[in-house]
Amino acid sequence: EAVRLQEAGQASEIVVVSLGVSACQEVLRTALAMGADRAILVETDAELQPLAVAKLLAAVVAREQPGLILLGKQAIDDDANQTGQMLAALLGCGQGTFASKVTLGAGTVTVTREIDGGLETVELDLPAVVTSDLRLNEPRYVKLPNIMKAKKKPLEVLTPAALGVDPAPRLKTLKVEEPPRRAAGIRVATVAELVDKLKHAAQVI
Amino acid sequence: MAVLVIAEHDNHSLKPATRHSVSAAAQCGGEVHVLVAGSGSAAVAAAAAQVAGVVKVLHADAAAYAHALPEALAPLIAGLAGGYSHLLAPASAFGKNLLPRVAALLDVAAVSDVIAIPAPDTFVRPIYAGNVLATVQAGDSPRVLTVRGTGFAAAAATGGSAAIEAIAAGPAAVGARFVGAELSVSERPELTAARVIVSGGRGLGSGENFALLEALADKLGAAVGASRAAVDAGYVPNDYQVGQTGKVVAPQLYIAVGISGAIQHLAGMKDSKVIVAINKDAEAPIFQVADYGLVGDLFELVPELTRALS
Repeated sequence: EAVRLQEAGQASEIVVVSLGVSACQEVLRTALAMGADRAILVETDAELQPLAVAKLLAAVVAREQPGLILLGKQAIDDDANQTGQMLAALLGCGQGTFASKVTLGAGTVTVTREIDGGLETVELDLPAVVTSDLRLNEPRYVKLPNIMKAKKKPLEVLTPAALGVDPAPRLKTLKVEEPPRRAAGIRVATVAELVDKLKHAAQVI
Repeated sequence: MAVLVIAEHDNHSLKPATRHSVSAAAQCGGEVHVLVAGSGSAAVAAAAAQVAGVVKVLHADAAAYAHALPEALAPLIAGLAGGYSHLLAPASAFGKNLLPRVAALLDVAAVSDVIAIPAPDTFVRPIYAGNVLATVQAGDSPRVLTVRGTGFAAAAATGGSAAIEAIAAGPAAVGARFVGAELSVSERPELTAARVIVSGGRGLGSGENFALLEALADKLGAAVGASRAAVDAGYVPNDYQVGQTGKVVAPQLYIAVGISGAIQHLAGMKDSKVIVAINKDAEAPIFQVADYGLVGDLFELVPELTRALS
């Protein structure tokens, strides 16, 4: 979405940030190949939970002073859906979460949000934090020449200490386990048999 | 210490998800209080006071809270937090939008999508699209949680007699304004609260063909859901989506029609009591979680099923 805003002449520079181990450089190179101008890696081996990520991003925002901060709505590993909201709180700015449409105005951004009953639109003063829903757009494929060009784009490496943030986890994971498995079901041959099972065996209709 | 539940509502009625959060709150120990922040929301406060197990309702009524903007609500809640061991809200779009902002204002971690509370500081939540359950311990106080409704039975809507205490509203949202909303209008039950759900996927082939599912849903008093494929193809609006990034449901009966059963979809429905799959592909992964599977053409089988229920 940032690249599209830049192509529309609405963004002057796109800075892409990642936090984590040095292998995250690959992720940043991919973003540079998609069209970002420069990258910042906050390098740490620590387990980063959303509050720590939000604090580190807030420190980067304080340095870079962007007009708009874009994040995904949730990571598909921890499924937390927290970082963007926490970042907005720390910055004291507006938040447009689960965005399916983003329109920049003069000093404002209008965000259409996916909510449980449909859609909602809010207008936020810039700077603002926006988290993207799947519906926002269709990401483009990266082309080979752009991958080559991305290798030459600047990538700065910082540390949590340099940003003055303690990234220590606040939640302690006691255990992880597989959820209980469902017992194998049966195949029915006809609709009549299905209705019979639902009425008498399962008693759900 | 008491526990505070943030009520989800539309200024007229209390959303059922709030009552699931009240049940979760009861497991945290301490009195359960409910915050109703809204505009013209006296009926909601009255309904919250009736919910079994609720001891006190805090009612903040101001124009600033009309649209539940987190920029206005989060400072109000953070200001109340000192008196509470836990802050809870439903893990709906409302709760997910609001509570992480509250947690950051309080400089505490938040725990999303809690499905069980083994101890007041220990919470179970699904990660990796529900393929792993993580048990986490939160040292910070207050503990800030969003509650997955399917993990906790709803507290009874009546039987309580909580005192309603009006509290002062905070300042209006800074930097954020509500513009408008486009809500899907449906006569059918709400997806997350429905007893029966009929869901369609890419196999339906078009939006018009969803009429087949609607006819079946009407016979069963069911809600209609969809897979991401059906939403992305434009067959139905986004708020129909069941899955990791859509709604998480656990009805008594879930009928998956023309849905292959990708991991992201299963994350949203595999805790349903009985799952029925109707699919022409006998190898579709949905059959691995279905209690009853019917292999065949949905365009013949669904109308036949609708007729059989008449």
